[in-house]
Amino acid sequence: MKLVTFRGGVHPDDGKHWAKEAAIQPILPKGDLAYLLSQHIGAPAKAVVNVGDRVLKGQMIAEAGGFVSSPVFASVSGTVKAFDKRFNAVGTQVDAIIVENDGLYEEISYPEHKPFSEMSKEEVIKQIADSGVVGMGGAGFPTHVKLSPKDPDKIEYIIANCAECEPYITADYRRMLENPEKIIAGIKVVLSLFDHAKGILAVENNKPDCIKILQDLTKDEERIEVVPLRTKYPQGSERQLIYATTGRMINSSMLPADAGCIVDNVETLIAIDNAVNNGRPVTERVITVTGRAINKPSNLLAPIGINQTELIDFCGGFKENPEKVISGGPMMGFALFTTDIPLTKTSSCLLCRVHDPIADLPESACINCGRCVEVCPSFLVPARLADYANQHRPRHFQEWNGLECVECGCCSFICPAKRHLKQSIASYKKTVIAMNRQKAAEEKKLREEGEALKKKGGDDK
Amino acid sequence: MNETIHVSSSPHVRSKVTTRYIMYLVIIALLPATVFGVYNFGARALLTIVITVASSVLTEYIFEKCMHRTITIQDGSAALTGLLLALNLPATVPWWMGILGGVFAILVVKQLFGGLGQNFMNPALGARCFLLISFTSMMTNFEYHGESAATPLAALKAGEVVNTKDMLLGFTAGTIGETSAIALLIGAIILLWFGIIDIVIPGLYILTFVIFISLFGGHGFDPAFITAHLCGGGLMLGAWFMATDYVTSPITPKGKIIFGILLGILTGLFRLFGSSAEGVSYAIIISNIIVPIIDKYTIPRAFGKQKEKKGGAKV
Repeated sequence: MKLVTFRGGVHPDDGKHWAKEAAIQPILPKGDLAYLLSQHIGAPAKAVVNVGDRVLKGQMIAEAGGFVSSPVFASVSGTVKAFDKRFNAVGTQVDAIIVENDGLYEEISYPEHKPFSEMSKEEVIKQIADSGVVGMGGAGFPTHVKLSPKDPDKIEYIIANCAECEPYITADYRRMLENPEKIIAGIKVVLSLFDHAKGILAVENNKPDCIKILQDLTKDEERIEVVPLRTKYPQGSERQLIYATTGRMINSSMLPADAGCIVDNVETLIAIDNAVNNGRPVTERVITVTGRAINKPSNLLAPIGINQTELIDFCGGFKENPEKVISGGPMMGFALFTTDIPLTKTSSCLLCRVHDPIADLPESACINCGRCVEVCPSFLVPARLADYANQHRPRHFQEWNGLECVECGCCSFICPAKRHLKQSIASYKKTVIAMNRQKAAEEKKLREEGEALKKKGGDDK
Repeated sequence: MNETIHVSSSPHVRSKVTTRYIMYLVIIALLPATVFGVYNFGARALLTIVITVASSVLTEYIFEKCMHRTITIQDGSAALTGLLLALNLPATVPWWMGILGGVFAILVVKQLFGGLGQNFMNPALGARCFLLISFTSMMTNFEYHGESAATPLAALKAGEVVNTKDMLLGFTAGTIGETSAIALLIGAIILLWFGIIDIVIPGLYILTFVIFISLFGGHGFDPAFITAHLCGGGLMLGAWFMATDYVTSPITPKGKIIFGILLGILTGLFRLFGSSAEGVSYAIIISNIIVPIIDKYTIPRAFGKQKEKKGGAKV
């Protein structure tokens, strides 16, 4: 089997055995549900219900707040209890609609929709936008925006990100085993929008069963190919995946569409299939609840808005007290200070670790060993960038290409001095971007003032 | 739920390799050469090794204690410096020179510049060169089996014929650790096997050096002459164990290539055209000093970035 990959990367313990065998189980919420208005990149959604309203499952409760935005749908039937703030996984408070679950799970009668074969491209994109589909791998970028590039004819590859390179997560793995036809239906919908595109299902070779299933299902599909990837983290990172499958490279100032590619992850493609072929909005997703601290590691089909504490209770609670609970995988996930947060469209994993190794590893001096340089998939020098970040030297930071960091965490993982390289670089990257933006705005203002003065001077003469 | 739940930035897993693991592995890789040195030069060599290691570790401990810094002697870097220094000294040096060397390496070259990771030249080599300049006669007085003897390189420079088989095995005069090419190569294989060092710097160093002496050595491509040069002096010890010192070598991939080539050329220059038969130590410390400049001009091109075009257009 020919395997494709990228340069750099690391091999952390994959930990997938915990939840690998657990078939996807649906979970029904018991308590209140909280729907964050901002669970995607772009403008927050705007609530379209009032306190006291009765809502049904599948009913839109918040509409898109702009083009780069996405609507939010109720996942249960019940009463709108309040508008409040709730913590998200990153630890910021976000506006949320709180719905009291009445336990009836009444669904709205979905409006008649045209069958997919009769839809125009615009109608397909509109249907995806109106169903609240966003990148469900973690970024949460509204999918309809991704599917509306400047020049659709230039799109040559639709890449289904089935890599799932993050350790511990098995949600996509179970989806590929249990719903492979939905993934293929989803990629077919996307392919219908781009006449010159070819579909690629990119799967890491640590999932040979998935590769086999997908290959069997696509053997008669001319436009779809299964591409096995070498198992290596961060194989599922967008830039690295595009490079591995097509040999094209994009940097921080480019979009995948600039290289003729569109990348969607497994859960997103399933959401696209649900939206276009079944007319169903995004109200649920698969999340892996796993780790040594969990009694029954599971893959759950959970309604959006459910309190994540309920997921842990459903999985038999904690076997041992966790030292660390992570939303997402161990390489890029966010450490939670409470599990009392609602599930969003982008929650792929809840990892509960008995032991947190980071606390036992004090930082020591950099010995310039260059391991971070070897593993960096963006070919950066993380040790230097972290120094420049800590010394607040924006010019050096940019000269050494700090803005190209994809925040995969390979440098921190490999560092023998256990320095928090990714943390320094990622936070300083934000600072530098903000500084550049401010500088550009100031320059623009000065230029305008200068022009105004010149004009005035001219008038005086 | 546990009250003491930890929160930190990702990633939440780390590899098992630590600084300490690396330092101890290098010490282990130096053991074949160390053991052979003691066998070759006797108990006096062992005494020198013990003295320099102890003085290096103690200097680090006392300095950090006085400066109220975290004690870092357990990371093994000071012990490694002491060991490397001993392997670079003749077995005949007086005990106080071992102590002086250890203090100079750790105090002056390492700690005064900020400790581990901040020194601009290899501490062991810095101390060796310091001793060589200050006490030239004692540093170049080599004895072998109780008799005064010339090192193979000095003999070679004087136009004498040397026994390359003895040089490969190490039964010659010289510093404690440099004589046995075989023992040093065993260590090098350990380092390569465990991924502690990369072949680029030592490989290019040796390759460039071979090309250089073939061109300018006056013997053409003469295998015996080249073998004598490769096994003689500190080349093997320097190329595998000191040029590869992380702190004082470039961090950029291109920089490593330049560094290796530079070392080969400088060593060839010093050995062929210098007044001394030796050249490795000076070649390495001079290259060490140039490392920041090498790094600055070899910033790697980031993934997906095009070459900067003239006229400022950056894609």
